[in-house]
Amino acid sequence: MGLRVALTGNHAVAYAVKLADPDVIAAYPITPQTSIVEKLAELIDKGELRARMIRVESEHSALAACFGAAVAGARTFTATSSQGLLYMHEFVHWVSRARIPVVMAIVSRTINTPWNIWPDHSDFVDQRDAGWVMSYAMDSQEAFDLTLQAFKVSEDPSVYLPVMVGLEGFIIGHTAMPVEIPDENIVKEWLGERRQPYVIDGSEPLGLGGLTFPEDTEDMFYHIQEAMNNAKNVIKKVDEEYGKLFGRKYGGLVSCYNCIDAKYIAISMGAWSGDLVEAVDKLREEGYPVGALRIRYYRPFPAEDIWEIVRNAKGIVVFDRAISFGAWGQIYTDLVAGFSLYTNKLPQMANIVAGIAGVNVISEDFYGILKSFIDKSESGTLERNYFAWIKVRR
Amino acid sequence: MVKVVKPPRNDKLPLTRPVIGVAGKTGLWRNMKPLVNNVKCTRCYQCEIYCPVNAINVEPETGAMINYDYCKGCGLCMDVCPSGAITMIPETGE
Amino acid sequence: MSKIETRKLPLPHDARDKLLPGDAACPGCPIPIALKVVSAVFGEKAILVIPACCTSVILGTYPGQAIKTSVIHVPFASAAAVASGVSQALRTRGIKDVHVIAWAGDGGTADIGVASVSGAAERNEDIIYIMYDNEAYMNTGIQRSSSTPRGAWTTTTPTGKIENKKDMARILIAHGVPYVATASVGYPHDLYGKLQRARSMSGFRFIHIHAPCPPGWRFDPQYTVRVAKLAVETGLWVLYEYYDGKLTVSGPSRPYMDPAKRKPIEEYLKIQGRFRVITDELINEIKKYVNENWYWITKMSR
Repeated sequence: MGLRVALTGNHAVAYAVKLADPDVIAAYPITPQTSIVEKLAELIDKGELRARMIRVESEHSALAACFGAAVAGARTFTATSSQGLLYMHEFVHWVSRARIPVVMAIVSRTINTPWNIWPDHSDFVDQRDAGWVMSYAMDSQEAFDLTLQAFKVSEDPSVYLPVMVGLEGFIIGHTAMPVEIPDENIVKEWLGERRQPYVIDGSEPLGLGGLTFPEDTEDMFYHIQEAMNNAKNVIKKVDEEYGKLFGRKYGGLVSCYNCIDAKYIAISMGAWSGDLVEAVDKLREEGYPVGALRIRYYRPFPAEDIWEIVRNAKGIVVFDRAISFGAWGQIYTDLVAGFSLYTNKLPQMANIVAGIAGVNVISEDFYGILKSFIDKSESGTLERNYFAWIKVRR
Repeated sequence: MVKVVKPPRNDKLPLTRPVIGVAGKTGLWRNMKPLVNNVKCTRCYQCEIYCPVNAINVEPETGAMINYDYCKGCGLCMDVCPSGAITMIPETGE
Repeated sequence: MSKIETRKLPLPHDARDKLLPGDAACPGCPIPIALKVVSAVFGEKAILVIPACCTSVILGTYPGQAIKTSVIHVPFASAAAVASGVSQALRTRGIKDVHVIAWAGDGGTADIGVASVSGAAERNEDIIYIMYDNEAYMNTGIQRSSSTPRGAWTTTTPTGKIENKKDMARILIAHGVPYVATASVGYPHDLYGKLQRARSMSGFRFIHIHAPCPPGWRFDPQYTVRVAKLAVETGLWVLYEYYDGKLTVSGPSRPYMDPAKRKPIEEYLKIQGRFRVITDELINEIKKYVNENWYWITKMSR
């Protein structure tokens, strides 16, 4: 059966990749991702992993090599962060539009300049329009589970899209916690052999990505949108299967804490959701009817699932760890747009942008924000929805 | 191992397969037309080797034969012919 | 190593079945001439990895393609990297008889793709990298590349390029890869032999093909081969092979090791409209460049 070991988030990802038994890994070093590929290189060196590793000269080439290998029939993996992710951005789109399964870990770090290696979600959410299924972990165990599940989701014939798994650098990436590693043979049987919609390996003359007229191209892109919709059910199915086999079920695209009877719900993604839960506990002790909802999958965006949970809530506070300059937090933007398809009367809402570029946000901060929001809402002094960037020294 | 499994709803994928005349009958682009004098032709294969459209076939019995459906009329065959067996005449659309 | 076959025989006839008539190339285009030779050597047992370049258009539109070989179209800077991935996947899967060929223009090789080419060369990836060199960005409308020769007009160098051409073959020799060759669409049999040689080897193999472009170089489409041959006959473009630590000047270029046998470079320049802006002073500079290039090649071939 499974094994319990203390692992950092990055090493948890590496061990999940090992269990998925990839054929080709290509990567380029960048802080804070590097310890994933260092661990994989070590596992290959020790003969514990049979994959070939291509030590490419850039992130652009890292995803390019993974793309080529995947098209030629290989299960592939790469990992990157921040500037590296931006440098390969052209290929991020290319892979999904080719409908070729690839798995990539994003160890989040803010976008520069100035040089800064601390985490926020800006590199990750920047990829939101690229056609990848995007999941985000809260801790090392979930980083492990999401990485392993990513291969299953990516290679599902009704999906056939690349999958990225996000986790915050340092906070998760470099902090150890006990991680349960499932039995290799059960994983192997569950994951099955590599599946993809086509393969280019010289067995027949086949071309990929040639010049295409607008109408055909639009059809192809429409099918990517359809595949994203299919992915919602596949993710839930995979979560169920995984729960039955390995004992950990997260609830699908979102995960809830004390939401059922909550009049107020706080929405977040990533590591700080743990601090948010602490704040919710404290508020509950004081009698506040509040719950926390965590986004596990950012694409496909689970607006419908979230609406089902929050539809009877009076107020919602959305915490974004990234900012679309000139607009708002990206999760808030998506939520409001998504909700508008299910209601013509939005609940009371606030968007809090915080934790940018690694600024520490602790449970006391969440506590204060939520308490003030709820007090205003209950006393009828919350005149309209609002946006705030907190902890900034103006 | 890899298994190719089609998507269940037969999604349109950006895949292409070999086809003759992918850009249509490129012979229609022509305003000059090559004519071969197969008495002069020495079967040296130069025109066949160089023809950019792959539209010339040289056989020992017949000499050089041009596929006018696809010949773009560039005249390169005339320039490489060492025996002056190919001439270019204005295209009449016949 | 065996001697290259240079007799004037037809290329194997199945070449015709691989490159299909009715592609979208301009009349007189050198690219299908070279592709035909590639097809004659590799047949269907090749995967072409093609970045943005004229060939992306030449092969035609979805759902068809003008070649009976597998093709992967990729972003501009990535041909060598994608080819690396394909090659590693095939080897992992135990497929040994399929050759992975990066087929890229001068922009995709010498400019935007140079880092990925250098990376793949340094890793000695098992791929054949073919740079077909039409000496500018032709697909986007004749803009200067680092491979444009000195003195040539392009839409972004209206009075002629000031700098010399970047010598990719020398750069690749400096990488210590197993095989580097220069070739020309003017000499398909020489190219055929070089591709055969490359095919028989493994590791990173680089072939640089000189490919005169009628609309881009401003000459009549019928003169593609004539211009290509003049480049060799004037000594401006030298055909050679480099492997086992030795450089060998190839048959078509061998007579021109003797400067007296070289045709005047004016013959090559005046047939092309792109050199109309060139000055006598610059012609002398180009002659100096030709001599320096030959000096290096002669030194290397000893």
